[in-house]
Amino acid sequence: MEKEKSSPWKSILRGLAFGLVVITFAYGFEVTNINLGELQSQRRRESLTRVLRTLARPDILEYEQVTVVVNAPVYMPCPADGSVPDILEPDRSQPYLIVTPACVESGGAVLVEGFGFTPFVSGPLRFVPGSDPTNVVTLGRENLETDASGHFSVEMTLPANRDSDDVQFIRATARENVGSPYFSRSAHETWDKIVETVFMALLATAGGTILAFPISFMAARNLMKPVKSPLASIALSAIGWPLGIWFGLQLVQWLAGVSAPYINNLPVLVASVVGVPLVMVVALRWALPQVELQPAAAGLRFARLLVVFAVVLLLIFGLFELAGLMSILGARIAAGLGSWGFLGTLLFQGGDILRLIIPLLGSLAAGGAVASFLGRIGQRMAENLSTAVARAINLLLAAMAGATLFVLGGALLEWFYQWGRPELTVYWPAAIGGGLGLLAATLASPKAVLPIGMVIYYVTRTILNALRSVEALVMAIVFVISVGIGPFAGVLALGLHTIVSLGKLYSEQVESIMAGPLEAVQATGANRLQTIVYAVIPQIIPPFISYTMYRWDINVRMSTIIGFVGGGGIGFLLLQNINLLNYRAAATQMFAIAVVVAMMDYVSSVLRERYV
Amino acid sequence: MLQINHLSKTYEGGVQALTDVTFEVPRGQFLAVIGLSGSGKSTLLRCINRLIEPTSGQILWKGEDITAASPEEMRRIRRRIGMVFQHFNLVHRSRVITNVLAGRLGYVNPAWSLVNRFPRADMEKAMIQMERVGIADKANQRADALSGGQQQRVGIARALMQDPEIILADEPVASLDPVLAHSIMKHLEDINKNDGVTVLCSLHFLDLVHRYADRVVALNEGRVVFEGLPQEIDDAKFKDIYGREAERVG
Repeated sequence: MEKEKSSPWKSILRGLAFGLVVITFAYGFEVTNINLGELQSQRRRESLTRVLRTLARPDILEYEQVTVVVNAPVYMPCPADGSVPDILEPDRSQPYLIVTPACVESGGAVLVEGFGFTPFVSGPLRFVPGSDPTNVVTLGRENLETDASGHFSVEMTLPANRDSDDVQFIRATARENVGSPYFSRSAHETWDKIVETVFMALLATAGGTILAFPISFMAARNLMKPVKSPLASIALSAIGWPLGIWFGLQLVQWLAGVSAPYINNLPVLVASVVGVPLVMVVALRWALPQVELQPAAAGLRFARLLVVFAVVLLLIFGLFELAGLMSILGARIAAGLGSWGFLGTLLFQGGDILRLIIPLLGSLAAGGAVASFLGRIGQRMAENLSTAVARAINLLLAAMAGATLFVLGGALLEWFYQWGRPELTVYWPAAIGGGLGLLAATLASPKAVLPIGMVIYYVTRTILNALRSVEALVMAIVFVISVGIGPFAGVLALGLHTIVSLGKLYSEQVESIMAGPLEAVQATGANRLQTIVYAVIPQIIPPFISYTMYRWDINVRMSTIIGFVGGGGIGFLLLQNINLLNYRAAATQMFAIAVVVAMMDYVSSVLRERYV
Repeated sequence: MLQINHLSKTYEGGVQALTDVTFEVPRGQFLAVIGLSGSGKSTLLRCINRLIEPTSGQILWKGEDITAASPEEMRRIRRRIGMVFQHFNLVHRSRVITNVLAGRLGYVNPAWSLVNRFPRADMEKAMIQMERVGIADKANQRADALSGGQQQRVGIARALMQDPEIILADEPVASLDPVLAHSIMKHLEDINKNDGVTVLCSLHFLDLVHRYADRVVALNEGRVVFEGLPQEIDDAKFKDIYGREAERVG
């Protein structure tokens, strides 16, 4: 009964759905300008044929060419009196042309025969307007190709509107390849750029992988869900990060100043690069005993903390000296090795990169250390203080943390928009942040643990998703502005895109690991980092290798077009040649891209099969 | 002495896994935990080392309240509680020796263990434990290259590396054939009798309970329905534990 009742409705709904589909596609046709008539058009077909034929002949090999040019007279139109113009008998000891008839009406056809040319050569056969046989302007599209006896015969239509009472000419140009083939200029350019392209992809993948690795853990639900902290600990960490980063930057800058006087003093550099690691190992062995059954006394722990701090200072100093050493050695090697000088350049650049990332690493490490130290203090306070005291402290800390975060956000806004009104970017944010902090502290019970892990998880995910939706090509435009046109911009754009997309892919792998080993390692009393190193990382290595390979593959493909916006690599050359209508050169670049992508595909599939 | 007082666990979503569970385990006892699948045996064992957070109740061990321990204290408590799992829970792609050394992670300095440096004494200890359970020759093989029985022995060696005072064994022989089951149970018995380690072992088969356990706690739908000696389980008790329709076999 019910079935019968519902069936007309179903039919109507089905009809509506069908109508909707038709409308959708009709609109799609309209907005995408689908015009099959264009496909049929004769003119378009001819251009397409010409372009495809040119593309099929990539400009890779070249020969030295000997060119033979022969002109033959022709009259257009025939003289008005009806006489036959007399044509000089050609010199039959040289290659020569016979044009029949010797005169035609405007736009008529003639038969051009050539004799005595080199066998199997080719070249253009053109009409030369005006009565000057040396005129470089030629008309027509005909080509000649000689047979085994050096003869050719071509039916040729002369252009209309080129009438003249004087004699005009038909010119045959026969080009003969001599000697052995050599790579053309565009082949050389293509080789240079395709190498650049592959290495852009390599560097972007390597850099992206290294950074995506830690980020993926923060975007993995199964690892972040158990991360919970009391409010005091979270608030202190939130304050600790910016504080530590600032402190770290000051420290690194001070050490850069300390190490600067020795930067060109080779013996000091070598001594410190060798000596620092030795001192570090000895100091760390004392400061970080391998086993400790009972917690050490407070004094000893403080001493150890000081030693570790000193070791870190020493490490940063050593790194600066290492950077200096790399620069000096790199410059010397580059000068001394000739064509292998790029190895020295690598060392030199490595020194530069090191000098660039020391402040970054130093400030991040200091931020992390201070945040985790303060966080631990917060944890202790939440554990040991009475509820009332804990609540009071929570209120204070949460307000401070909220204000700090909002003022930092305000500083960012100020940087972007330059309002120059501190009440908007400092006072109000501080008040709002503080208020929100107070609200959070009032709502949360003082000793409750809050799921800060999930907050980090969602923030990381959101950032990853937002950045991932921006194509690498668009990122490249930004980086071209920030570091200038060239492969470096491409590497940065591809690298950033690699970080965000691999971060997501990796995190999904982390989420799908077996929970058993994780649980077992936790049960031994391992802390969070130990659990990751011993239970998570071994499980995710195969998919990580697989995804990294796949990403390299994608990056090679992406890097071929990132040059379209000035990001370096072969794309720039390709775009240039397409715009110059130089399709044979463009074909060379397309061919190179196809070969490289196919090779990458093959190599990555072989490697994946072997190692995964 | 391990005391479990009024322990309850309600999972997110409202599943009541444990209800008011109370019992004591004297030091050095071999306690079998029995019950149907889903009766809360695994949850109970995991609450003891807080792999699962109990909802309410108390677990006292040597006078210390495990349920109130801070993360830092928990790390110290966990390292004296070994755990053996039904599915062994080895890291498949790591070597056997690495899996065994993982048992020391609660003791060693985290900084060194992150770069895979273990003290020499621990390396020697690992060899001794692997010899004890008869897998010393497999030390450098990948864990997933081993058979089920061998994998469980790796699991036991890992637990032994913790110098445990308690071993929690969550159906350690449920994935093994009867012959292997006895060999694994004998290892646990040896650890219990000779090293004086308290063993809490959840089991499916009553013959294993009779053969190895000193005492039995039976759970049904998260409640303790029997507590006593193995030989006290008569037909009536059996039906209490396993339900009216259950037939006794073997």
